[in-house]
Amino acid sequence: MINSSLKNLSQMLAKKEISSVEMTQTFLDRINKYNPTINAYIALNADKTLAQAKAADVRIANGKAEPLTGIPFAQKDIFCAKGWQTTCGSKMLANFVAPYDAYVITQFDNAGAVNLGKTNMDEFAMGSSNETSYFGGVKNPWDFDRVPGGSSGGSAAAVAARLCAAATGTDTGGSIRQPASLCGFTGLKPTYGLVSRYGMIAFASSLDQAGPMAKSAEDCALMMNVMTGFDERDSTSLNRPKEDYTRGLSNIQGTQPLKGLRIGLPKEYFADGLDANVAKVVQEAIAEYRKLGAETVDISLPNSQLSIPVYYVLAPAEASSNLSRYDGVRYGHRAAEYDDLMDMYMKSRSEGFGAEVKRRILIGTYVLSAGYYDAYYLKAQQIRRLIADDFTQAFKQCDVIMGPTAPSTAFKAGEKADDPVAMYLQDVYTIATNLAGLPGMSIPAGFSNGLPVGLQLMGNYFDEARMLDVAHAYQQVTDWHLAMPEGI
Amino acid sequence: MEWEVVIGLETHTQLRTKSKQFSGASITYGAEPNTQADEVSIALPGVLPVLNKQAVECAIKFGLAINADIPARSVFSRKNYFYPDLPKGYQISQFELPVVGKGAVTIQVPASGKNAAYEKVINITRAHLEEDAGKSVHGALEGMSGIDLNRAGTPLLEIVTEPDMRSASEAVAYAKKLHELVQWIDICDGNMQEGSFRCDVNVSVRPKGTDKFGTRREIKNLNSFKFMTQAIEYETRWQIETLEDGGTIQQATVLFNPDTGETKAMRSKEEANDYRYFPDPDLLPLEVTAADKARVKATMPELPDAMKARFEADYALSSYDAAALTASRELADYFTATVHAGSDAKPAANWIMGAISAKLNTEEKMINESPISAAQLAQLLKRIADNTISNNAAKQVFEAMWAGEGEVDAIIAEKGLKQESDSGAIEAIIDEVLKANPAMVEEFKAGKEKAFNALVGQAMKASKGKANPAQVNEVLKKKLAN
Repeated sequence: MINSSLKNLSQMLAKKEISSVEMTQTFLDRINKYNPTINAYIALNADKTLAQAKAADVRIANGKAEPLTGIPFAQKDIFCAKGWQTTCGSKMLANFVAPYDAYVITQFDNAGAVNLGKTNMDEFAMGSSNETSYFGGVKNPWDFDRVPGGSSGGSAAAVAARLCAAATGTDTGGSIRQPASLCGFTGLKPTYGLVSRYGMIAFASSLDQAGPMAKSAEDCALMMNVMTGFDERDSTSLNRPKEDYTRGLSNIQGTQPLKGLRIGLPKEYFADGLDANVAKVVQEAIAEYRKLGAETVDISLPNSQLSIPVYYVLAPAEASSNLSRYDGVRYGHRAAEYDDLMDMYMKSRSEGFGAEVKRRILIGTYVLSAGYYDAYYLKAQQIRRLIADDFTQAFKQCDVIMGPTAPSTAFKAGEKADDPVAMYLQDVYTIATNLAGLPGMSIPAGFSNGLPVGLQLMGNYFDEARMLDVAHAYQQVTDWHLAMPEGI
Repeated sequence: MEWEVVIGLETHTQLRTKSKQFSGASITYGAEPNTQADEVSIALPGVLPVLNKQAVECAIKFGLAINADIPARSVFSRKNYFYPDLPKGYQISQFELPVVGKGAVTIQVPASGKNAAYEKVINITRAHLEEDAGKSVHGALEGMSGIDLNRAGTPLLEIVTEPDMRSASEAVAYAKKLHELVQWIDICDGNMQEGSFRCDVNVSVRPKGTDKFGTRREIKNLNSFKFMTQAIEYETRWQIETLEDGGTIQQATVLFNPDTGETKAMRSKEEANDYRYFPDPDLLPLEVTAADKARVKATMPELPDAMKARFEADYALSSYDAAALTASRELADYFTATVHAGSDAKPAANWIMGAISAKLNTEEKMINESPISAAQLAQLLKRIADNTISNNAAKQVFEAMWAGEGEVDAIIAEKGLKQESDSGAIEAIIDEVLKANPAMVEEFKAGKEKAFNALVGQAMKASKGKANPAQVNEVLKKKLAN
């Protein structure tokens, strides 16, 4: 059961082969067994979780079930969930219990889904290894010595170790896709504005986007149906008609289902810095796509090499302001002793934030300062537009862009912890889509030395349904996405 | 050396909306602390701002009222600084691209001393939308400071002038004009005690005749016109004395102390924050279309300047009278209602600005609290016009009505104030008076004009004040000519 698709789990519930309570308990048992080692979850509350499962069983019995009703999901601890400890991986919010629900949480609740718990993450989503979490690192289920990626490392490990049916994540520079690559599952960062950010703790508001982390493209499509939608509480939420992201999946049939599809291969994504074994796996996956009828086109994203410097100006700038509210005045960590107001601010924030968060607040404060704003923030915004323009040009030549998700497979815990720039390079292939607001996806494409390798798909705005179809076609003829770490 | 003071104002007007600038929380004044602080006001993790459309409409109204440029696109920015009453650690404001651009208001500066009253155009640099902060409450809790976030997020329109004013009276005339205007177009309740309308005044001095501005100091948060006058006058004197004593002015923010009448520096420019403004990524740029402007314009009342011009044209009122009557929408409405109820315009204007204003001033009442309605005033003025009562009698009726003694005609009857207009009766009275005062008649005939007035007085007295004075004049003139 733990390896079943969401569709199968839903059918099992509908056929009363298993109740939601039983299904939930199975996952809770696995969590109790493996989480002390893997550390995927920060907060668990079996009473709340099972109460939801019971309610789902009633709903199923009443014939009011929706596709995700009764299925247990893990929620990244970046989403406020009423009555749940909501920490964002930080000491600053270690004592914070959210008094309201994020849009994403409400959507899962309304769908009748069960919340298994809140998953570990890099502090305030700043990191690519989950090592910046105040609640400790997360083990990669494929190799406990290695990191799961980040920032959605807890959700990633939970999906890979089958400690949930699927999970939510957020992606500001690659935080869904890079862990999906490192842990071997399917993750989608939607077009900016498709999933409301209301109640999702902000890191970099113009880049943050929530998305599904699941075993397959089909599972992601079902979750997208629940997670997307217009929300007037988020001014950047897009008011568009509701889509059924599963609508094209059943059309993927025959030997060449992708005939006519043009896949763009950006030369910059296959250049220096990419691990040779990873490159090989990615090329094999692309060869598979050719077999499915797709043609490939060489393209260029000339400004993509500027993604990392641009991102590390803009994201910290927004973060430095977004994190100002954590001042110890109204909620969150406050220093035990202080002399005056300024001392309270300084001690509370010095104690409450970890090193990476402080580093980014400092960078962000610097680039927004009088005299530096034009040279850094404004220049970065201009380049951001150039990066987006590159994609506009590219999508005149192709329908979907493919390349590696991450430059390497999962690295060892501690390996890059003292080298922030090496860590930042983990997101070299993912950041550009965040800057452009485009959808990006990572799907399992094989292994290198026993570690998963992800293939990245990048689509045009609102082209998620096609990307899911393209991913689904690959998953119909391969079984990398069904591989499970041994011994778990 | 002769000095010139240069003044510019920044006025925070609290907008008359139902809810906060970026959330649905109420903005009712005086609620229990923190009962109007929703999750956005508290700045919980994950909350997002949503722009209040009503506040935008208020800003557009103001822009239209001052004939300002209202750009198609404006941008909300974050002004970053730490303060306990600023929950997000930044204020959402507008920086580079405000909702309202350049405009102007015309002020009437009253006469003072040897100087006659005059008009002046004050240029408005910009007006932008922003949110208010909360309040720190000191002393209510033992050994601690409290934070009340009810006010946090209250919508404000900050209106900034060019440094166009050259005296405290110009600054106050501008502030008063603005105060009336924002109430006239109903975007602000104008309540200065509650902080709905508060001014920061930038003051600098320079030798008269020079072009270069002196270094300015900003007097913060003045919430009364009286304090504004005192603060500017003190600050101007202080700056001139400092310069004349060989000192220099440091750019600074100062506070006015109403108890001492003095201004005192809070912080100098060196200590000023770097606010690290940048466009708020949580809010889209604000788009205002021509259709939006047209829609808002259709909801707006006739503006005071237009109404003033109309009063001058339609009612032959002087510029001064028309300006006085359009000083507030309520006063203008009262005047218009009086005229519509059948009174002539000129006497209506005179009575409203004279007797009624005097009474209201004494009793510290607003025009809408007047015990005499516009219809009652019109009735009174009609009775003067149709010669039922004299002006003197009208004053008695007015007093009685003010005291709530009833309607015009009833009071006239009750007090026997109806004037005598029967020419036969008046002739008889005058005959009596001429007979009884031969000496005066002689004096008049000898060329003493004053004697005529004395005879009129005698006739009025004989009629117990009821004779129509115009008729008395006429009949007397005729009889004396014989």
